[in-house]
Amino acid sequence: MPAEDAGTGAEMPTIIEVSSDEARRVGAERSLGAVEHKADKLLEVRGLSTHFFTPDGVVQAVDDVSFDVDYGETLGLVGESGCGKSVTALSVARLVPNPPGRIVAGEIMFDGINLLKLSDEEMRKIRGKEIGFIFQDPLTSLNPTLTIGYQIAESVRQHLGLSPRAANDRVVELLGKVGIPKARDRLGDYPFQFSGGMRQRVMIAIALSCDPKLILADEPTTALDVTIQAQILELIQTLADEFHTAVLMITHDLGIAAGMCDRVNVMYAGRIVETATVDELFEGPKMPYAWGLLDSLPRIDDIRGDRLRTIEGMPPLLIAPPDACRFAPRCNYAREVCRTDEPELTMHGAAGHLARCWATEPGGWIS
Amino acid sequence: MATEALRGNLVRPRQSSGLWSDAFGRLRKNKLAMVGLVMVILLFLVAIFGPMLAPYPYTEQDLEAVLANGGRPVPPGDPHHLLGTDQIGRDLLSRLLDGARISMTVAVVVQIVVLLIGVPIGAIAGWFGGRTDNLLMRFTDVMYAFPDLLFIILLSVAFRETFFGKALDGLLLVFVAIGLTSWVTVARLVRGQILSLKETEFVEAARAIGVSDAKIVTRHLLPNGIGPIIVAVTLGIPAAILAEATLAYIGIGVQAPRASWGSLIADGQKVVRGDPHLVIFPAICIATALISFTFLGDGLRDALDPKLKGKQ
Repeated sequence: MPAEDAGTGAEMPTIIEVSSDEARRVGAERSLGAVEHKADKLLEVRGLSTHFFTPDGVVQAVDDVSFDVDYGETLGLVGESGCGKSVTALSVARLVPNPPGRIVAGEIMFDGINLLKLSDEEMRKIRGKEIGFIFQDPLTSLNPTLTIGYQIAESVRQHLGLSPRAANDRVVELLGKVGIPKARDRLGDYPFQFSGGMRQRVMIAIALSCDPKLILADEPTTALDVTIQAQILELIQTLADEFHTAVLMITHDLGIAAGMCDRVNVMYAGRIVETATVDELFEGPKMPYAWGLLDSLPRIDDIRGDRLRTIEGMPPLLIAPPDACRFAPRCNYAREVCRTDEPELTMHGAAGHLARCWATEPGGWIS
Repeated sequence: MATEALRGNLVRPRQSSGLWSDAFGRLRKNKLAMVGLVMVILLFLVAIFGPMLAPYPYTEQDLEAVLANGGRPVPPGDPHHLLGTDQIGRDLLSRLLDGARISMTVAVVVQIVVLLIGVPIGAIAGWFGGRTDNLLMRFTDVMYAFPDLLFIILLSVAFRETFFGKALDGLLLVFVAIGLTSWVTVARLVRGQILSLKETEFVEAARAIGVSDAKIVTRHLLPNGIGPIIVAVTLGIPAAILAEATLAYIGIGVQAPRASWGSLIADGQKVVRGDPHLVIFPAICIATALISFTFLGDGLRDALDPKLKGKQ
């Protein structure tokens, strides 16, 4: 199976070139968008809190999270497992499973519309059309009983009202764009006939099918092996540039964030703890958690056989978190104030570099 | 030339085989299931064309033959009546062929009623969950706990004199009554399928592209759960045939002079000591039908269960 992927990778560039002006035409009304943006930012999330009401208590999976995504920007959302990255993305698409989850507070302004005020019906028109979603596991995200062609066409027919024939043409075009050769012959194939990498390409085709303004990519390469990862990431980046689509890239892999993103948000225990441009973050992280993350990356000059570095301890339970820095229990630099007061997300150093830390604040004990 | 052909083969290593051709391939390897399938097809052919092939109309009385036999039913093997006649000279083969039509109609109509009630109830309960689920499933439990036979008898008695009770020689009432008592299994099955499937990621993916609830259930979930539903329906058929036969035996359902296999047995058992053929042949018919459908159903279950894929 991986052999197929290698093949498609080689053919990719030409295919993209062939169909690029068609894509422009399909998205014509939108590509003009460069001049007629309806708001300052494509996505403005303000004070978003998503809680899960479980028998054990209220899990505050996302707690007072605010961030922006510019038109055409790629924003990274990094953090370890269970820190609320995926729930943030699901909240933006209003796909949080309810019950037990619910968005309890906040505002999500998407292209000037408050998504949380929309009816389910109106939201459905935005999902898939304006906001595309790429899921973590392409193996289970496609319906095994429906053909690839049907599953891609579903979105196009739903949102663009294309006739079956026009939808089919669009699907062939999209499959070509994501680098699946002989697309027309493969419309009737079922997901099991595709390898993992090809299925993720199909998922990308679905996400892009209606030329969305924003793509939420929830760890799109976690389930794939490393060579395919690189291809898929490159594909997402190329297509996002081509369509001028903003991407919210959720990942726990700092390497991916470094390679793909313009800016990065670091999340910890349901909160954003640091926001910076990629360069800023990798050169001068302002939060001990971000140091820990960067430090735990394996380095090429590591001595073979040494243990990988980790951040000691576990992330806190998100049921009734204390009013304190949530990273303090695992932080080597924590002082009394860290355990009694929670720091705000404030400016640390360069413009736009925000962090939640008493120690690295101007006047803190680390400089 | 050869390399061209080879290249073609490399690009498309194998013919695309869908769920159905795959399942049928497995079914074909199961001898019992194939026997069942052939028998089921035969039974349906008999039900459709049987009365045309029948030597006599099922009502025609050959009293002379009975009188010639000393007033007793003609035994099987008679040159004019292959399987003999009953006490008043009606040809048993002709009556069995007509009975096949009734049994097969039961098989089909009852399952349609079952699907029409069971699938929506199960799907709604499973998809919406919570209160709706609770309400519908408790109702289903009540239906399940209610004695079937009693319910059907009550229905038949209550509606016997109405148009509904007389439609299709009294059969419609029986079909609906049996259907009303047997949808429970399918409803529970569908609910279970939907419950487990609705948590899958492809459902989330479908919601993420804005597919409506109704479409997710009908286009994404039900096709995924169709295997067990087909099996349940196939295995529900013998139960329905048996139920009809039971009812006919106690005199509910098909009205004389028409006879189903069940009512033939009921009539025949009065003279079973002297003329057992009047019981034996209808019994063989019922048994054959039941076994055929059961074999087929079991085979389908194995063929459609993806977990068995590649193991056989």
